[in-house]
Amino acid sequence: MTIEVRPDMATDMYRSMKLIRRFEEWVTVLVDADEIAGVTHESVGQEAVPVGVCTALRDDDAMTSTHRGHGHIIAKGGAAPYMFAELMGRESGYNKGRGGSMHIADMSLGIYGANGIVTAGMPLACGAAFAFKSRGEDRVAVSFFGDGGVNHGLFHEAMNLAAIWELPIVFICENNKYAITTPIESMIKVPIHTRADAYGMPGEWVDGMDVEAVYLAMVRAVERARGGGGPSFIECRTYRYVGHYTAERHMKLNYRTEAEIEEWRQRDAIEGWGGRLVEAGVWSPAERAAMDEAVDRELEGAVAIARQAPWPSADTALDYVYAQSYPGLPARGSD
Amino acid sequence: MRRLRYLEAMNEAYHQEMERDPNIFILGEDIRGNLRGETRGLLERFGAGRVLDTPISEAAFVGFGTGAAMAGMRPIVQFQIATLIYLAFDQLVNQAAKMRLMMGGQVAVPVTYTVMATGARNGLAGQHADNPYPFFLHAGIKTVCPANAYDAKGLLISAIREDDPVGFFAPAGCMGQRGDVPEEPYAIPLGQGEVKHEGSDVTVIAIGQMVAEALRVAETLAEEGISVRVWDPRTLLPLDKDGACAAAAATGRVVIYDDANRTCGFAAELSALLAERVFDELKAPIKRVTRADVPISFSAPLEQAALPSEAGLITAIRAVCGG
Repeated sequence: MTIEVRPDMATDMYRSMKLIRRFEEWVTVLVDADEIAGVTHESVGQEAVPVGVCTALRDDDAMTSTHRGHGHIIAKGGAAPYMFAELMGRESGYNKGRGGSMHIADMSLGIYGANGIVTAGMPLACGAAFAFKSRGEDRVAVSFFGDGGVNHGLFHEAMNLAAIWELPIVFICENNKYAITTPIESMIKVPIHTRADAYGMPGEWVDGMDVEAVYLAMVRAVERARGGGGPSFIECRTYRYVGHYTAERHMKLNYRTEAEIEEWRQRDAIEGWGGRLVEAGVWSPAERAAMDEAVDRELEGAVAIARQAPWPSADTALDYVYAQSYPGLPARGSD
Repeated sequence: MRRLRYLEAMNEAYHQEMERDPNIFILGEDIRGNLRGETRGLLERFGAGRVLDTPISEAAFVGFGTGAAMAGMRPIVQFQIATLIYLAFDQLVNQAAKMRLMMGGQVAVPVTYTVMATGARNGLAGQHADNPYPFFLHAGIKTVCPANAYDAKGLLISAIREDDPVGFFAPAGCMGQRGDVPEEPYAIPLGQGEVKHEGSDVTVIAIGQMVAEALRVAETLAEEGISVRVWDPRTLLPLDKDGACAAAAATGRVVIYDDANRTCGFAAELSALLAERVFDELKAPIKRVTRADVPISFSAPLEQAALPSEAGLITAIRAVCGG
């Protein structure tokens, strides 16, 4: 069995997927231990999509993410210690603890934020793409959203804007089959990728459990965007093994079967890619195991760093609302 | 001094600011078509790349402005009718207004929203006649509501230069107003109100198109010997709280004349502020003259009954003056 990507890139892609998987598993542990507050949405099972997509991007390309964004952030270069610190609400987190899981962002890496509202990142990415294009830069934007998002009005509006203005953008639909608990096939009458036809942009679907397939489709789309060819749409068919959010596994929901979950686990992207790299002679099983071990150590270190990180000072609660401040703005809750 | 219409003053501000900074661009529905005059000549001068006609996609074009601003541009997003902001509510309130804090200060979002024809009258009916700036204030979006051509140019320039989202509400009743407007660019700082008419018996705090009506009432009542001070906050957020308190304390009697809805409206906030800060200097309870909390009906007598009126203002003034 052969692979099409360079060996060093291939092992980086494996490492990135493994990092996401382990990161999400840590999140579950930390949520259960009440070390992370609020609501977190893990992407266990979907790792090939963000890694395949972001491997085709440069640091200065823009990306908007979703409520299920940890994988996107890591794949775009996000560093685990700052991510854990953000999820724990610490001052050293990416957003100084102001955002948490659903708003994590790093503008220096082109990460325009996870977003708590479905498809809200799509027009943001369009605007960034317009800025790049109008300044004559060859940067592109990519926007992630889920299968549930394709029925949102903003999906339609943003796809159309990107098409009519020929923006350098790639839309990535992570089709994990369920909008929380609702099967997507009961919510749309056509294959998702065919929606692109209606806007006059190329659309295709790829196996979202195959990181190389995602990457190669993304390379084509990014080349098109950088070359002035306008937007593209890629539906990545994938699956989350875990619940919509962390606590779901305690809730005994029955919107899908254990058999279905197991069927997808048999096609696991990380196992599949790790094995292919052995078959292709890129590395030995021992080298792979060493990388797994290194990822585990890295994340243990990241969690330890975040646990030691300082909390934000309460007297900064009103900071960062405005870039230009005025006396009495923002108003306090009492005088 | 040269006299310009309000919309001409806006047009001059657009031209001068876009000339000054190539990162400024304008987008919205029918911008190139120039429905009223405020976008006249922009396409010819600055080209299609900086003067964008959008599809009827308010939520997307607001988000587009936010994303462009995060990437270093300075968009002007124009709403041709004030109620169209409702179509973009999440993108305004949940995205643009919160982005900087949610990201721990990593970004600025320098977007100007020009909200045209707010508080329209004469049969615009239920869905085109609102005066929705309280929604912006509640969301923490900086907001100006200039009442005359001079203030329109100076505050539009300030709004465009501000590094945060700013809503610029152009009242329908002011858009035809003419006034003295200097030709050179000038900026009126946000958060500075202005005494529009000196007076010593009662203070009317008037917003937007209510200012001209308050000035007429001041002239009328002067003939009866009631001296009315008219104070215009001009910026609703950040509010010139010291100016408001000084205006109230100057007479000890206050009527707030606001064309927005009554409940949780701007007049309610002002009233609370004055009660908290200058209660001891007041000689009578604060009165509000506002819209009724009702959708505006089409039929003229019903419309007029729901809107704040000069007659209602006069009644309120007499009441606080003990008449």
